[in-house]
Amino acid sequence: MSNAPESARGSGEGGRRRILVLFAHPSLERSEVNGPLAEATARVEGVTLVDLYAESPTFDFNVDREQARLLAHEVICFMYPLYWYSTPAILKEWQDLVLERGFAYDAAAPALQGKIFFSALTAGGPEAAYCAAGYNHLTIRELLYPLEQMARLCGMIYLPPFALFGARTALEEGRLAGHVADWVRVLEALRDDRLDLAAAAPRTKLNDDLNAIIRGG
Amino acid sequence: MDGMLLHAFVYLAAAVLAVPVANRLGLGSVLGYLIAGILIGPALGLVGSETKDIQQIAEFGVVMMLFLVGLELEPKLLWEMRGRLLGLGGLQVGLTAVAIAAFALWQGLYWGLGLAIGLVFAMSSTAIVIQTLNEKGLTKTEGGRASFAVLLFQDISVIAVLALIPFLARPESLRLAPWLNAPMGQSPAVHGTARLVAGLPDWGYALVVLGAVAVVVLGGHYLSRPLFRYIAESRLREVFTASALLLVVGTALLMTLVGLSPALGTFLAGVVLANSEFRHELRSDIEPFKGILMGIFFITVGAGIDFGILSRDFVTVLGLTLGVMGLKTAVLLVLARLFRLQAGDRWLFALSLAQAGEFGFVLLGFCVQNGVVQGNIARTLSLVIALSMLLTPALFILYERLIAPRLRNGSGPPAADTIDEEGTVVIAGIGRFGQIINRLLVAAGVDTVVLDHRADQIDLLRKLGIKSYYGEASRPDLLHAAGLGRARLFIVAIDDRDRAVEMVEYCRRTYPQVRILARAYDVSHLYLLKRAGADLAMREVYDTSLGMGAAALRELGMHPYKVERMTRAFRRHESEGLAGMYDLWDEDPDIARNLDLQAVIRKHVGTLQDALNADRMQLHDRTERGWTPPSRGFSRESDEWQ
Repeated sequence: MSNAPESARGSGEGGRRRILVLFAHPSLERSEVNGPLAEATARVEGVTLVDLYAESPTFDFNVDREQARLLAHEVICFMYPLYWYSTPAILKEWQDLVLERGFAYDAAAPALQGKIFFSALTAGGPEAAYCAAGYNHLTIRELLYPLEQMARLCGMIYLPPFALFGARTALEEGRLAGHVADWVRVLEALRDDRLDLAAAAPRTKLNDDLNAIIRGG
Repeated sequence: MDGMLLHAFVYLAAAVLAVPVANRLGLGSVLGYLIAGILIGPALGLVGSETKDIQQIAEFGVVMMLFLVGLELEPKLLWEMRGRLLGLGGLQVGLTAVAIAAFALWQGLYWGLGLAIGLVFAMSSTAIVIQTLNEKGLTKTEGGRASFAVLLFQDISVIAVLALIPFLARPESLRLAPWLNAPMGQSPAVHGTARLVAGLPDWGYALVVLGAVAVVVLGGHYLSRPLFRYIAESRLREVFTASALLLVVGTALLMTLVGLSPALGTFLAGVVLANSEFRHELRSDIEPFKGILMGIFFITVGAGIDFGILSRDFVTVLGLTLGVMGLKTAVLLVLARLFRLQAGDRWLFALSLAQAGEFGFVLLGFCVQNGVVQGNIARTLSLVIALSMLLTPALFILYERLIAPRLRNGSGPPAADTIDEEGTVVIAGIGRFGQIINRLLVAAGVDTVVLDHRADQIDLLRKLGIKSYYGEASRPDLLHAAGLGRARLFIVAIDDRDRAVEMVEYCRRTYPQVRILARAYDVSHLYLLKRAGADLAMREVYDTSLGMGAAALRELGMHPYKVERMTRAFRRHESEGLAGMYDLWDEDPDIARNLDLQAVIRKHVGTLQDALNADRMQLHDRTERGWTPPSRGFSRESDEWQ
């Protein structure tokens, strides 16, 4: 592959990467985890948070604006609760409309070439269910193969999902604060180019032992 | 005649000069009127003995004020506040009055006199406090709410105190059946007739009194509404105002005839009408009269202030003032702790209510009439009340500069306010258009206030259980009464085009913080509304027309989702066009003359077909796009053009 991880250099201010988080949650008012995650995201400098359901409640996208926004960032992240082993519907519609032929793929100069793509998701089931022996049979990375292939076709660097399992009980079990802190840490590391892309790329999920892939900070 | 005109001129001129200045200095209008009175009375000597006569007329303002107080008392609101109202308010009035009475007793005064003085000083200044809390945005704080509860209780308790005062006179000065002496009703016109009940035995008198109260309650409940509706349908605004005045004057007269307090009667009438659909209209009709009469009342109080006393007994007066304020603050602080207010709110609550108030003047005047308080004492007490009111702005400054910052530093960053209300939405016009908006909002749990000028419409809505009020929604005073100043949104849904623009202009100018959504008739009306300051204007039949156009395409066999995509494209094309043409329109709204605008409209019409046929879902190639993409950065704006 030509797109070695190291090609995603920041072209933002001071060599930093600019991060676009496309956030999709159809009933945010009931959210326990994604709400706090989104709030924390909005506070990280250099990150653009877009609430897709708020901006395009009728799934009617302004394709030019969406494409311009992609061009202005070096990292693209889908942030969502896992619905039927995939994204909520609006993100699929977004892919269908925004990632046009001639813009994202099959183009002389694919617009997203060399950018980093990954998911930040929450799943209701326990982590143990996401393996060959569990009731979901597949790992979370395997379930998201369509997104991984989408990224590959567009020439993007794919990172495994930043995932929280057992999300329905995370708040009462006191796992939320740590998860939010990890998320902010990952965003800052990606922004400042302190995240070891090569080491992270083969993982099943991004947030296993962050110390092993993040330098400093 | 000359004399009357001259006096009216002097009084009004003093008010016009002093009140705005006082307001600007943050002293509030009550102090402004007092200062005006001081200017024309003790300071310049422009007015003299006639103040007494004028005061009698001005006291009718108190009657009106109590009518308005009654009108504001929605039983539901009272029930929700019952704990604070009775607990905080009752204890504040009771403890303060008793403490002052005890002090007076210790000083060797008659107990009745002491209690009367205590009750006079227990009242705080509703006018100053509410206005200041509003201006400083403290109404929604816990301290502000607690203050409001206490003020409301004081306002209500005035009724009881007025009834109680005649009993407090020394036995030797007590006249027969003191409560027969109508307090405000001793104007010459009714003086003779007040004896109507004089010859009756006790049981007969009791029957007459009960009958009069029944007339007010039942008449207010059953007769006033058909009457008001009938008058409203005549569309003669001044007749409605006249009938509102008639209601108040008539009630006052009836009460005077049977020897009851007219203030009590009109208060009762107000409470009876508090749930009526004409509430806002009545309030806005009576309020100007009340405002002027109360203003004159305060001027006469100011004119009657004896500065001789101040200079002779400076130390005594100042000591009394500080003593009263200190005592009230102490009582309030204890209550605040008892009712578990936070430290900051505790101080706000205690300092804001520490002064004596306008009701104090009213009660004091009534005490003098009934021989409870002697004139010379009353003059000193007036001075104390006025001084304590003058010191109030200083206390607010003390709270803001010294207490609030210190408390904030201690406890880290302030916690976010708990949102316990959806900001109120005022909807003007409840025809076919406004009704749907209101149904959606109410079903979503949003508090709305609905105004319409058609009494039959309001009547129907009320029968269907929709809270709505009669009134010409373009009247500024009515909009104010409906709470536009505190609303988050103002929705102009009326069908009168010119009036809609006027309302938007007025609201934008007077309440810049309120977001305005307006119903537009067509594109040029939409532009007019935008220019007048509407945040969002929507053409009234746009959505329906587009919807029926879409239905027609489906009828013709076009695939429904293709129709949906074309409809969306139409919308986008339309909103871009509208946004793009505004500047040209603004240069010259007359399309017939505006050649540039004509050219753009022609182009806009011409590009529509391309826009609809360029279907990006199937193109999948940027080079084949058949239409000009919208300019960058436009999208945010485009939501506002529909």
